[in-house]
Amino acid sequence: MSGTTKTTYREAMRAALRDALTRDERVFLMGEDVGRYGGCYAVSLGLLEEFGPERIRDTPLSESAFVGAGIGAAVAGLRPIVEIMTVNFSLLALDQIMNNAATLPHMSGGQLRVPLVIRMTTGAGRQLAAQHSHSLEGWYAHIPGLRVLAPATLEDARGMLAPALECPDPVLIFEHGALYGVAGELPDEPEPVDIAHAAIRRAGSDVTLVAYGGTLGKALSAADELAVSGVEAEVVDLRVLRPLDDAAVVGSVRRTHRAVIVDEGWRSGSLSAEITTRLVEQAFYDLDAPVARVCSAEVPVPYARHLEEAALPQVPDVVAAVRTVLGGEDG
Amino acid sequence: MAEFRMPALGADMDEGTVTEWLVHPGDEVTRGTIAAIVETDKSTIEAECFTPGTVGTLLIQEGTKVPVGTPLATILEPGAVPETAPVAAMPPRTGRGSEAREGAEREGGAPETVPRGPGVPEPVKVEPGRTEPGEPAVEPARPEPVRVRPRPKRVRPASGKPAPARPAAVSSPLVRRLARERGVPLARLHGTGPDGTITRGDVERASPGRVRASPYARRLAAEARVDLAALPVSAPDGALHAADVRAATTTPGPRAQRTTPPAAPASTESAPGPASAEAPALGAATAAPTRAAQEAPTAAAPGNPRAAPAEADKDAAMRRAIGRAMARSKREIPHYYLSATIDLTRALAWMREHNRRAAVSDRLVPSALLLKAAALALRTEPALNGTWADDRFVPGDGIHLGVAIALRHGGLIAPALRHADALALPDLMHGLRDLVERTRRGRLRGSELTDGTITVTNLGDQGVDAVYGVIYPPQVALVGFGRVAERPWAVDGMLGVRPLVTATLSADHRATDGYTGGRYLQAVARLLQRPEDL
Repeated sequence: MSGTTKTTYREAMRAALRDALTRDERVFLMGEDVGRYGGCYAVSLGLLEEFGPERIRDTPLSESAFVGAGIGAAVAGLRPIVEIMTVNFSLLALDQIMNNAATLPHMSGGQLRVPLVIRMTTGAGRQLAAQHSHSLEGWYAHIPGLRVLAPATLEDARGMLAPALECPDPVLIFEHGALYGVAGELPDEPEPVDIAHAAIRRAGSDVTLVAYGGTLGKALSAADELAVSGVEAEVVDLRVLRPLDDAAVVGSVRRTHRAVIVDEGWRSGSLSAEITTRLVEQAFYDLDAPVARVCSAEVPVPYARHLEEAALPQVPDVVAAVRTVLGGEDG
Repeated sequence: MAEFRMPALGADMDEGTVTEWLVHPGDEVTRGTIAAIVETDKSTIEAECFTPGTVGTLLIQEGTKVPVGTPLATILEPGAVPETAPVAAMPPRTGRGSEAREGAEREGGAPETVPRGPGVPEPVKVEPGRTEPGEPAVEPARPEPVRVRPRPKRVRPASGKPAPARPAAVSSPLVRRLARERGVPLARLHGTGPDGTITRGDVERASPGRVRASPYARRLAAEARVDLAALPVSAPDGALHAADVRAATTTPGPRAQRTTPPAAPASTESAPGPASAEAPALGAATAAPTRAAQEAPTAAAPGNPRAAPAEADKDAAMRRAIGRAMARSKREIPHYYLSATIDLTRALAWMREHNRRAAVSDRLVPSALLLKAAALALRTEPALNGTWADDRFVPGDGIHLGVAIALRHGGLIAPALRHADALALPDLMHGLRDLVERTRRGRLRGSELTDGTITVTNLGDQGVDAVYGVIYPPQVALVGFGRVAERPWAVDGMLGVRPLVTATLSADHRATDGYTGGRYLQAVARLLQRPEDL
């Protein structure tokens, strides 16, 4: 039985990359500054020295071109991991992702498979201003043909890459920028994880908090605060944004009868709207209160720190939403 | 001049309450016109008038409980004009200023009847045909208080008889606007004002009562049989939540399941027996009886503590009524019991073949075959079909099969399927479904309760092998069917497995002897061997 090591989300992701590069010679990493610079968020630090320039490839500043190249490599039989520096820049490659990666298997009747993994950093909170602070996971979760993942824990950062590479279809992995520095313990020989199910991170009976990626930590903090006043919140980490694990969310709400969704995207047309609708479709007769959502304010994300904090979902907002949903009855 | 009296809708009924008049002075009525909705201890019934003529005066106000036989209305010769009578002096209801103004805007502002309250003893003399333009109409100050027991909707049943001639329903602009806002179709309303004028109260009573409650609270309330409208709201959002429903239910004990008294003919409309064999036969056709069957077993024990107080009273009253009938039956009727085990192989095979080819709504369930056989066999043994009265047997004027249906609130009722022997099997099924549905809605006709000449009880889907029931007086026999189940059987000298059902007969030894009863069960068994003739 092996022990555990203190590590960080960033290091867990790096260990996953190392494993993948070691196990399968078809795997390679490509993206802006992933090689010599070690990655914009230092995830691939040291990998160029370890695996060489054929396996760790710096690309030009052209998302559309290098994502397209990655698609081509995948179609040709390699297993590329394309790193788009942030989801904000992925918009420049949206046509590649949506019209090529997601659709080639269908349009070719299965003759072309695209076993591509795209990793992107996402989210706000670091005063990077409106154009660099988007949370567009919900947009990508809208597109058939893609599998969309949001690892929020160290275990998932360590474990989701391997099944993603095994998937014959394109997989997008969203890493919230605020998570890279999160520290914790990981087993030296980590358990494999799936990329199909949500996970209940905290059991409770009074309300279900649904979160993913960067909002999971806030949901858990809110749950701790609510527990002090006797409200036991169940926290569901979606983990997989497409396809959504309806059964897990609906099952939880069937037990708690109340739901609060914490989503860093804007509420309109968001993932939280989709989850709310699925709850209405599948758990209507179990709802004791309307579904509540805690989302970012409907403004481009502000640059000034205090405004940015006010615009994003925070722990007090989640606690307040739970109290509203409980209607003044404390459990 | 004839009188429409409070009918005896069942041997055990002593009194009833007119909850709603469906005719007015001046209306033409024919034999069978449904004149009023009457509520008894056991259920709500449509009372038919059997005298043709013109309605004269309504003698009893809605909401008054009167003994059986009390004159409720006068029926004049057809074509007669009811004499004008002075309007009974009613204390005018002073409304808020705006209400009085709205009232004055009504066309044909004749005084409106005061909203009903229980126990008002004076007879109401309604003034037909008098309009006094300009007279300020008197309106109730506020809508009727929400009743604990929701009233049945005022849907006019399709009785198949020509509706009595009535002047076109008149309503004021206020009333029309209110009806539009509430989504209540005026054409379907029954006006209680003079000349059939539709009043504001009529619209408000017909509006679907909207209680704000969460979906979960509604579900809990439905399961616990708690009336949401009676619950106090505690949450700041003004809606009822699960906690409110839970607070209204008292003892959180396990709910009694299937508490049918052992020897009583309590039963449900049966769903098909062996599930695997009958699954293809299940279709939309069985939805209604199956639903009733599923609901009835979970009817709570009498005096269910979860029920709101008024419901518990109703349960108790129903139970008392049933108790009286059953006690009388056992006291007065010398029962004898016979049973026969019947091989249903041919019947079920025929039924499956029929269902394969039939439209979904015409598909049959085994109980339809059993009921038809029970009815047809009475043609050869008429001594079991009728009533015992005045120390002698009175044969029925037809074979009207009473079907025992368990009620959601507990207790049971056995409305009759008239001339069941003459119904084709799909029609018998449709008739059954209709009976069950109307039983649940409280819309049975008086004749259905009094015309039964024999009753059949089917406890098959409760898993019971045989039922030895209590005869429903004043009938002289009760046929019982248990579960259709595969069992070992002797076939051509070897052991086989066949679907069998145990048919039983409880019969009145004053009217028949075992020999007759035995012949009857044999006839049922023979009929079930030739299902194509059913």
